[in-house]
Amino acid sequence: MAVLEQPRQVGLLRRPTSLTGFWSWVTTVDHKRIGILYFWTSFFFLLVGGIEALIMRLQLARPDLELVTGDRFNELVTMHGTTMIFLAIMPLSSAFFNYMLPLLIGARDVAFPRLNALSYWLYLFGGILLNVSWLFGGAPNAGWFGYAPLTSSVYNLGRGIDFWIQGLQLLGVSSLISAINFIVTIFNMRAPGMSLMRMPVFVWNQLATSFLLLFSLPAVTVALIMLMFDRYFGANFFNAAKGGDAILWQHLFWVFGHPEVYIIILPAMGIVSEVLPTFSRKPLFGYSAVVFSTALIAFLAFGVWSHHMFAVGQGPVVNTVFALTTMTIAIPTGVKIFNWLATLWGGSIRFTTALLYSLGFLSMFTIGGLSGVMHSAAASNLQQHDTYFVVAHFHYVLIGGALFGLFAGIYYWFPKMFGRMLDERLGKWGFWVMLIGFNVTFFPFHFLGLLGMPRRIYTYPAELGLARWNLVSTIGAFILSVGILIFLVNLGKSLRYGEKAGADPWDGRTLEWSIPSPPPVYNFRRIPYVHARDPHWARKYPHLAHAEEPPPPTTAGGSEAEHGIHLPSPSYMPFLLALAITVGAFGGVFRNVPLVALGVVGTIVSVYLWSVEGEGGIVVEPEGDA
Amino acid sequence: MNERELARAHGAVRGHAEAHGEAHVVPTSTYLKVGLVLAVITAVEFGVVYVPALKPVLIPLLLILSGAKFALVAGFFMHLKFDRWVLAGFFAAGLILALGTYLGLGAIFAHRGG
Amino acid sequence: MAEHHGSGAHALQGSARGPGAAHALAVGHPQGAGHHAHSEVGVTGVDNRKLGMWLFLASECMFFGAFIVAYIAYQGKSLSGPTPEELLNIPLTSLSTFVLLMSSLAMVLAVQAAQQDRQADARKWLLATALLGLGFLGFQAYEYTHFIHAGLTLSVNLFGTTFYTLTGLHGLHVTIGVGWLLALFLRSLKVGLGRAQALSLELAGLYWHFVDVVWIVIFTLVYLMSVLG
Repeated sequence: MAVLEQPRQVGLLRRPTSLTGFWSWVTTVDHKRIGILYFWTSFFFLLVGGIEALIMRLQLARPDLELVTGDRFNELVTMHGTTMIFLAIMPLSSAFFNYMLPLLIGARDVAFPRLNALSYWLYLFGGILLNVSWLFGGAPNAGWFGYAPLTSSVYNLGRGIDFWIQGLQLLGVSSLISAINFIVTIFNMRAPGMSLMRMPVFVWNQLATSFLLLFSLPAVTVALIMLMFDRYFGANFFNAAKGGDAILWQHLFWVFGHPEVYIIILPAMGIVSEVLPTFSRKPLFGYSAVVFSTALIAFLAFGVWSHHMFAVGQGPVVNTVFALTTMTIAIPTGVKIFNWLATLWGGSIRFTTALLYSLGFLSMFTIGGLSGVMHSAAASNLQQHDTYFVVAHFHYVLIGGALFGLFAGIYYWFPKMFGRMLDERLGKWGFWVMLIGFNVTFFPFHFLGLLGMPRRIYTYPAELGLARWNLVSTIGAFILSVGILIFLVNLGKSLRYGEKAGADPWDGRTLEWSIPSPPPVYNFRRIPYVHARDPHWARKYPHLAHAEEPPPPTTAGGSEAEHGIHLPSPSYMPFLLALAITVGAFGGVFRNVPLVALGVVGTIVSVYLWSVEGEGGIVVEPEGDA
Repeated sequence: MNERELARAHGAVRGHAEAHGEAHVVPTSTYLKVGLVLAVITAVEFGVVYVPALKPVLIPLLLILSGAKFALVAGFFMHLKFDRWVLAGFFAAGLILALGTYLGLGAIFAHRGG
Repeated sequence: MAEHHGSGAHALQGSARGPGAAHALAVGHPQGAGHHAHSEVGVTGVDNRKLGMWLFLASECMFFGAFIVAYIAYQGKSLSGPTPEELLNIPLTSLSTFVLLMSSLAMVLAVQAAQQDRQADARKWLLATALLGLGFLGFQAYEYTHFIHAGLTLSVNLFGTTFYTLTGLHGLHVTIGVGWLLALFLRSLKVGLGRAQALSLELAGLYWHFVDVVWIVIFTLVYLMSVLG
């Protein structure tokens, strides 16, 4: 590909020009490269969170062990939860959001390419900030939901909570920017013909996820600001001595925290909604029902937060209302599950690894969903609250649900992203080992919870009768790890020696399969015209598709191919702005005023340079023929 | 495929802004009138809080007056009245969600305290 | 995969432009600055940046709402003084509210002038907006000084905690807005403030009006309703 034109120099920094090498990754604004950066970073943090989990499982394998101290265990619990949610699962979803969204809607990039890069760097730096806490006097230790007053400066003297506050604020800004970027992209940049009701269901789920982020993140941002004011400047939001109320934290945290649950699961639901039709060779059953259920889940997500607080003593009226709204969510969720099952029904099914993970998702998520419905009954919730039964529930939803769905996505889209197939034999071995390891680890948690084992305890005496299932669970955790190892081997092997994937290795349905693997930097040589749902399938098999209009004679939409294709230029500014904000946050942790000032000044200067340099643009000439 | 769709295919139409958002021209006098009404409402608000007779209805009265100011600024100055519905839709979503969530939160919080 | 055209980026600053330059998608703005001469209007008929700004403002409703609910929920729960009834100055704040409302009027006139390419008017109203914003901040600085003198600090009671965080974060938004407006003003001396810059100005205006409507709510709930005790 030849670059026909480079940007003019504006501002102080010369615009970066290289399209290969280290600096090209630092300055990239290409959604595909940003997606790949998200992919590797989130996978790294998945392993970090996994190692933390293994240490906890070893500590709990037998009664009265002292492998780690109780203090260290508190840090491990907190960092495992925080890492898995904010640094592993959410960004792994974001990897697919970034990489696939423009391909699925027939666009050349997202609406704000530089903001997209900023989101990534803030995520990376936020993750680093959280994890360097281990080296600077102790990690956060108040649980992933950081309940007041465990976090107050009276009861929590170290810097761990300060790292947690600043790190989560960075991650919050990153997610908020992503959410705005994706919503604008989905609303404004769909290819001609792609009406909302022709969008792939994955994109619908991305839209719902983005709205959830947009409207729920501010609540936790505010909660963290309040906590920061309490800890740094002696404010009284959660200070009972001055009349403050710790319950305010719980409310604000869960106003964010419950939508967060759907922020985690909806992307996986989106992936499964693409994988099942592809490998059943049937359209998704009840497209509209799935779309409206998705929207309904997202809406209801804002009306259930107090079900995390049934044990607080809110009185029967409040508990009943929230029990009912919570049970209501089971309805759209059930609709989706039955639609997925009906998609499989009568299809000509190919049992690829991606499909196996999707089936794993369906079955494991349903188990997690059922224990979730059990929690929604406020009366029985009082028995289960803060026990391992709850831990069993959310690991079934988060691993059996979200992570299995994301693994389906990896096996499904890896060929598109890297141009090579993952090994199916290793893939299936990995799947079965993971499935078995997962159930051996987490099914016993149900029993442990009903036996009364509380969450977050670092050890237990032998007389309680918890030893057997804890040992089983620890063994399961290592089986699960072997499954992950098999996947890593597969990843390493396939990146090098994997069979070359053509444009369309799965006989796919959506637009990404109509372009080469990996796609060229401009994605589509000509922007496609979308005449049906599953447009690529409808074009390949017009007689099988239910298109509302005949396919246009050519795929041509745009005429710019003859003149070269306009793309945004790479930029230093996203990296520099993220760096400046991070310096400020770091200064905040150490209460170092000069460092904070440096961060603030750096941020102002970076924002100014950012706006002065503008989006710029390069014009590239596509290779080959149309 | 018509011209418009072709243009959309770029993912973005690059033209002058006046071709789109500013189709509706609001005369300066309208803005001045809105500004005047805002000033008058503020003066009325300032006045009513000192009238003892209005105390029983003060809360709804103030809510209506400030709601009117809010609507005037959002509708005229922020152009929501004249712009595409999608903008008003986004903003209304945020506003309604915030109202619903925080009214609920406040009610639960107060209920527990009392 | 790609080769640089000519001698790299510098070559393109002058007249040495690639073959694509004549096309509508050519790069480099005539003004040579980031104020976008073009807009990016998508499927909804709205520019990307404007859509994004409205989404951000929608999200900000949830942000300010949380501080407002905290203020109201903790109303009357302070264990010691000073109380809102003792301190809040309604006449003075009505005046500062009026100043902020008039800044919104100036802002909308600035945007209108820029859209009609009346550059001098646009600049005048833009500067007026920023100065009125500074005036509002002056009122706030005076108020804070007075309150601290009267013994109301962030940590003295719940009123101090919730009042300073709510109005302080609003004040921070105003400060950022003033900085944004002044930056646009300074920039306009170099690149003008006409039709080509109207969208940039409109975006700042949306933010500014939003900060204004948040104040309308705070003025009513915090100040005016304090007479009810």
